[in-house]
Order: sequence, then C-alpha cells, then structure tokens
Amino acid sequence: MRNSNSLGQEAINKKGFFLANRFLILRRLSQITILTLFLLGPLLGIWIIQGNLSSSLLLDVIPFTDPFVLTQSMMAGHIPISDAFVGFAIVVLFYLVIGGRVFCSWVCPVNLITDAASWCRRALKLRKEIIISRQLRYWILAMVMILPLFTGVMSWEMINPVSALHRGLFFGMGLGWILFFIIFAFDLLAVEHGWCGHLCPVGVFYSLINRFSLIKIDAKNRAKCTDCMDCFEVCPEPQILKGPVYGHNKNIATLVNDMHCTNCGRCVDVCAEDVFVITTLFNANKKPH
Amino acid sequence: MGKKLIRSKTRRQFIVDASKSACAVGFLGFGLAMYSKKSESLNTQILRPPGALGEKDFQSACIRCGLCVEACPHDMLKLGRLFGSVATGTPYFIARTDPCEMCEDIPCKLACPTGALDPKLDNIDDARMGLAVLLDQENCLNFQGLRCEVCYRVCPLIDKAITLETRRNTRTGMHAMFIPTVHSDVCTGCGKCEESCVLPVAAIKVLPLSVAKGKLGEFYRWGWKEKEKAGKSLIDPVLDLPDRVPDSLK
Repeated sequence: MRNSNSLGQEAINKKGFFLANRFLILRRLSQITILTLFLLGPLLGIWIIQGNLSSSLLLDVIPFTDPFVLTQSMMAGHIPISDAFVGFAIVVLFYLVIGGRVFCSWVCPVNLITDAASWCRRALKLRKEIIISRQLRYWILAMVMILPLFTGVMSWEMINPVSALHRGLFFGMGLGWILFFIIFAFDLLAVEHGWCGHLCPVGVFYSLINRFSLIKIDAKNRAKCTDCMDCFEVCPEPQILKGPVYGHNKNIATLVNDMHCTNCGRCVDVCAEDVFVITTLFNANKKPH
Repeated sequence: MGKKLIRSKTRRQFIVDASKSACAVGFLGFGLAMYSKKSESLNTQILRPPGALGEKDFQSACIRCGLCVEACPHDMLKLGRLFGSVATGTPYFIARTDPCEMCEDIPCKLACPTGALDPKLDNIDDARMGLAVLLDQENCLNFQGLRCEVCYRVCPLIDKAITLETRRNTRTGMHAMFIPTVHSDVCTGCGKCEESCVLPVAAIKVLPLSVAKGKLGEFYRWGWKEKEKAGKSLIDPVLDLPDRVPDSLK
C-alpha cells in the first residue's frame, strides 16, 4: 500500500501542480461561486440569483427547480404551477448534458463537508471502516418517495441535509450544525465516502439522470496504467473504475459508463500517466481495445 | 490482473443484504414519518404568508426555496429551521413581532414557484392568514371601560374587520364600554392588532383559522335567517293539534 502522503505526487511532479489539480480547483471554484452568487442577494442586496437549491430564479427570469424535491411534492399529492415545471425541465436538461451527478461534485454544498472528511481520513491514515452496502441509497430513495404517499407531506425534507445546508447558510441554520457535524464524523470515522457514496438519496436520484448523460470519463489510455492506485484512492465511487481500468482481459470497455460517476475529474488529475480523459458519449469508444 | 473483478453474490447473500437494508431504512422511515406528522400540528403563534394553502396541503406544496422570504419587502417572513418547531424550510411569520404589511401587489405570492401560496389570490384583503381573537377579556383595557382601542385604530380594515361595539359599564353604572369586536368575514389575520396591543403580553392574538373558527352542525339552520330568506315563517303561526278526548266522554 502506498503512503497516502504521496497521493497524486507523481502527477504533480510530472504534470505540474496546476494540471495535477485543475479539476479540483475548478470544482472548488464552481462550488464557491454558486454559494457566493446566492449569498450576494441577502448579504449585499445584489440579486443575481434568488432562492436556494430547492428552487431559484436567475436574473429574475430563469427558474430552476430541484427535480428531487418537486418529485417528493408531487408524491405528497400537490400539482405545482407551471413555473416549477419549467424550472424542473431546465435543470433535468442541463444535467442530461453534463452528467447527472455533476450536481454532487460541482454544486452540492455537502460535498465540501464530505470531501473535507475524506481528506482528513487520508491525512490521519484512518483505514478502519464499517462496511455498509452502497445499495442502501436506493432503499432510502424508495423510502423518501413512498413516505409522502402515507404522510401527505414531504417527510424527507424535514431533515434533508443537502437542501438544509444550502438553505441554512442564507436563512439561518438553527440546530442544523449538529446534522452536518454528524455527517462529517460519519464520513471521517465510520464509513469512507459514507454519506455521498452510500446513503444520500439526492445523489442516487441524480445518478438516474446520469444514466443518459452525455459527458463521461474514459480510461482511454489504460495500457499506460502503472497500477499506482491513486485514482481508486481519490474516487468517491472507486468500484466503478475497476472495469474500465482493469477490464482489458474481460473485454470491458474503457468508458466509465457507470451512473454513479460524479464527473468530478479527480482521477484525471491524479493520474501521472494521463490514463483518463473527459469525453462525450459520441466520441466514446464503448468497445474494448 | 488475475483477481476476479466483479464480485458475484449468491442469491442467499443478496436476500440477507436486502432485508438488512430494508429493516434499517424501515426504521428510519418510521421515525421520519412520526417526526413529519408532528410538524402538521402547527404552533398557534406561527402564521403562514398570504394565500397559503391549508397546513397539510401547504407542506406538500411548499418546496422550501425561500423565494417568498426574499421577495418580502418588509423582511417579516422567516424559514423554519432544522429541528425547529415549524416544518423545516417552510415560511412563517410571528404577528406579535413582525406582522404582515399587506402589500397590494402581494410579492411573496408572485415569487412562489409551486403554487403553495395560491396564485388565485388577487386582492390582499381576501387573504386569510389567521383570525384575530380578543382572547384575554380580563386584561384588555377596553373591557375594563378604558379607552385604549389601539388594535382597532391600527387595523388596516378599520371599522370592517374590527369594530367597537358599545355595552353598558355595570361597574360604574353610568359609562359605556367600547368593546373591540373582530369580524371573521373581513379579518385577514395580518397581525397588526396583536403587534400593537399595549399590554406586555397581547390580549388580542391572531390564531390559525383551524384553531380560531368553530363550525355549525351541517343541518342546523338559524330560524330568523330562513324566515328572511323565505319572506315568511316556515311554519304556521298557530299549531292546531288534534283534540284527544277519552272514549268514555264521546
């Protein structure tokens, strides 16, 4: 097992700091820009975007609505007015193009917490973890969507950390900090990538969109792989890399076509050999070579 | 790579794993259902913005985006917080501190993307956010024969939603009492009266309609109203009952 301090070091030596961290930097920029744009209104009165991730209005014109929350609302028996449907369609189309779980790694504020937790986990060399199934999130998603049929209200939204964190930053957090501390501690001490990779129903909802998305990662140059395992180390869903990287003998294609890929691009960053490229479904070689 | 890449599970293992997950999620769901049920019984000092649907419908329709809060020019709306007493992320206001200012263009309703605030509400005077009730008659100054009536003065629908009804002051025997009287067919529940009540704790409070309003039995009719509607009494003025005479006297 490699020393985790040297994770990505080879890539930095070979490609330089910026190229070995470009997607991480871009991702943080994206997350912080989105938070800032939402904060400008309440803080400084500059209203570029209003609302929060559940539903918002860009420049007083373009509506965005979170399809996950709106689906819950409809399951609870409400038929929304057209604004919400327009917002729903815009968001779904956007993620259909760039990848459904791009929400998770480029937009969602909880990602900042869970990435911090996994960074600390690596820095502290915490290896022990409780094994829970990555399928658990499907059960939770099913529960989230079925519960409103019985309660008549959006039960999950009472505690949904994804919408609550974003909302809390602008409208007051109350005791919400406890929840985010628990998620951090859970990811740090109990399960690696515990929240985003095992439990979060929002992520798995967006991965359903991901199934049909256009932009994908491709382990195109897997022949050059030196088995350093850095990509498995940083990937929030490492199980999806096995086939594309090591599937040569099994005739598995190089395209990372798994719906759980968040298109975070971290594997592209840390690979010193440039095994991975970002590509579109049109250019992708789905056949092994 | 000689290792097996994709681990195959036996059917038995799959069933065991699936039932474990189902149990865990079942417990979580049960707890969550209980928690969200509790939030349906609204705190009586919490009021929803103008045009809000009934509490349960509102909680299924409100997407918790806070657009109404940001649209409110008077900053009187708040959003429920995690683990707070109001359903997480739903908007509310507290009449005693920040009552509704009754904007004519209803910006909060216009901002709502889902229709949780009824888009059909055109006139703010038709809003029914709650109903003012003069709850504490023992401490209300006007009920003691004094002339406070601040609640009546500040009411945006003065002389319609709140009127002053005179009554004899039996304590002095020679004065009138001016009793602030709320009319539920006009009161919007904006909360101005509760905000301005001069007592340290308001004697007049705005309550959610479900708490404040009673309901008449479905088959009950007010005799005098039916008479007015029909233009005459619905029964004959004198009832002629049949005489019953014992057989022996016939």
